Amino acid sequence: MGSGSLGSTTSPDGGRTFSRRWVLGAGAATALTTGLTACGSGGDSGGAGGALTALVYGDDAAKVQQAAVERFNASKAAKSTGATVRLEKVPGSEYPAKLRTAMGSPNAPDVFFNWGGGSIKAYQEAGQLVDLTDVIEGDPVLKDGFLPSVLDAGALGGRRYGIPMRGMQPVILFYNKSVFTEHKLQPPTTWDQLLDTNAKLKKAGITPFALGGADIWPELMWLEYLVDRIGGPEVFARIQNGDSAGWGDPAVLKAAETVRDLVDDGAFGKGFNSVSYVNGGAPAVFAQGKAAMHLMGSWEYSTQLGKFPDFAKKHLGWAAFPEFDSGTGDVRNVVGNPTNYWSVNARTRNKDAAIAFLKDCASQAYAKDLVANGDIPTTSHAAELLSSAPNPEFAAFQYEMVERAPAFTLSWDQAVDPSVQTPMLTEINKLFVGQSTPSRFVSALKELK
Amino acid sequence: MSAPGAAPRTGRPHAVWALPGVLFFAFFAVAPMVLAFLLSFTEWNGLGDPRPVGLANWRRLLDDPRLTQSLWLTVLLTVVSWAFQTVVALLLGVWAAGRQRNRAILSAVFFVPFLLSSTAIALLFYALLDPNFGIVQKDTLGSSNGAFLAIVFVGGWQFIPFHTLIYQGGARQIPPVLYQAAAIDGAGRYRQFVSVTLPQLRHTITTSSVLMVVGSLTYFETVLILTQGGPGTDTAILPYLMYEAGFKSYDFGYASAIASFLVAAATALSLLLVRLSGFGAMRSVREGM
Repeated sequence: MGSGSLGSTTSPDGGRTFSRRWVLGAGAATALTTGLTACGSGGDSGGAGGALTALVYGDDAAKVQQAAVERFNASKAAKSTGATVRLEKVPGSEYPAKLRTAMGSPNAPDVFFNWGGGSIKAYQEAGQLVDLTDVIEGDPVLKDGFLPSVLDAGALGGRRYGIPMRGMQPVILFYNKSVFTEHKLQPPTTWDQLLDTNAKLKKAGITPFALGGADIWPELMWLEYLVDRIGGPEVFARIQNGDSAGWGDPAVLKAAETVRDLVDDGAFGKGFNSVSYVNGGAPAVFAQGKAAMHLMGSWEYSTQLGKFPDFAKKHLGWAAFPEFDSGTGDVRNVVGNPTNYWSVNARTRNKDAAIAFLKDCASQAYAKDLVANGDIPTTSHAAELLSSAPNPEFAAFQYEMVERAPAFTLSWDQAVDPSVQTPMLTEINKLFVGQSTPSRFVSALKELK
Repeated sequence: MSAPGAAPRTGRPHAVWALPGVLFFAFFAVAPMVLAFLLSFTEWNGLGDPRPVGLANWRRLLDDPRLTQSLWLTVLLTVVSWAFQTVVALLLGVWAAGRQRNRAILSAVFFVPFLLSSTAIALLFYALLDPNFGIVQKDTLGSSNGAFLAIVFVGGWQFIPFHTLIYQGGARQIPPVLYQAAAIDGAGRYRQFVSVTLPQLRHTITTSSVLMVVGSLTYFETVLILTQGGPGTDTAILPYLMYEAGFKSYDFGYASAIASFLVAAATALSLLLVRLSGFGAMRSVREGM
């Protein structure tokens, strides 16, 4: 899931940004075969003249990083460290593949955008990342600059490899206020209430939840929250740390059974598996009142604002994911993408300059740029800026949600190793479409290494 | 304006003329294929150096239940697509081989889908098949059969024009005298089609079929955009499995094993087709004329 208005598994925007996917796909065959030769022939990133290269996901939000680069290049820090930064934007969902190719080449970037967790694990294991733990501990600007839960979520095995650099993207239960008012409903806070609400909505001929099942990652959000509410954040934390036996936790089975019950009960309607989030299907179903609720990342707000501004401004409501009866997870826990991170390549020629540049992300100027872009910064002092956000009420809700969260679980697909990510998503899809049972789901996941 | 006394030309170009082409082919096709094959004996996540693992990837390939499913899906897709595309393209092509003006215009219209990119076509059908806002408001892509048939249909829609063009060309090559003779013998339109057109198009059918079969083996973009191998793994054909292994799981060794397997399968299959159809013998179909 991601930062932009479109969620995704590996990218901040669409998991199905077709043209880009196609480029990747068409390149797949050739790149597979020419991959070895291609490695030696990248651009001159990290090139001459003391310029450090910063590789960033090239969507609209990259203008915030562009401003940071300009600020840094004009700063005293740039002069004293003798370096400037050059931003290289990689558009679209091929970012992870492009990063992988670049990092494997002699022309790797000095600083690069990532999702923390599993997305950087291979680089860490290959010794390509600078361990930033001591740098962060030793620097008050960095140490106190960010929300602790967000800093923690970017860590690997207790060591920190990332500096938060974009807005937060918690998963939120959105609801259609006018539908709720019309049928005299309240957003559910417990699972019983949720089931009760579903029954009433179905009676009225309204699908309870919009779900972009074609993209799979919106399905993942359900399991993430259910496992958290049923068994607490420790269940997934164990899996994230590499113990695949953790899938055998009873909470995973219970969550899978709950998902099956919801699907069988028609909570997501009939054709949800053909509905996509990225192409606007699920948001439209939701905005038009065909579905009453939508479990989605915080970018749902900007998506709706873009596509159905009237709905976004007047009828869009938001709430936390309900409590699960007899579950042990704290109802304040959050899942989603805490944020994106900058990591530093161990082979950088100017580590001091790289770290000096990253400090800008903790600055108030950087946070202001994020807020103006519609993002909620993960800096500790962001709260005072939120009144100038495009929607201060929604911004404050999000910020407090994350600030008060005892745990912020990183989206599973970003937290696990890329080799596990795809089969995991496939198993989740099979569970939702009924090709698998909850017990088969659990045993298949336990097999993943 | 050759100079007087110059050696007489033999009429055959010198082999040196083929050099640029051969070099390009060697560098951009053969070498990468060899590299991919070598890579299939290694474990490589794209970082650092590939680590040799012997036959591990190949063993895994043989044991992978997803490969079995994939192979079956690929074969099924190839056979169903071949049947669908050949029947329609053959009939359309023979029809379009006529000389009337409206046919020329219609033929030009038929050809339009082939001018569009696969991505554009897949996106178009993705929108048309949207269960809430499309023309076909059903759970098409969400059901196994629906997704499979959608892929066959979209592939057909895209490639039938191309094969129609081949058949049109082939049908126009058939000497009219054969039809005149058949007509004198009292053959009707159906009989003429079966006894003259089809045998005369034998090589055209082979050519078109080889292209279709090899094309189906490498069919990719439509699956990526329409279904991403789903629902579940119900449309995860081999090329998609390769993409997933390489560019989603960064398991380049295993992806290379799948790729090498595909190359071998496609080569074997096209050789087999050529051999079985007698195409390789280069005999004229008009012997005795």
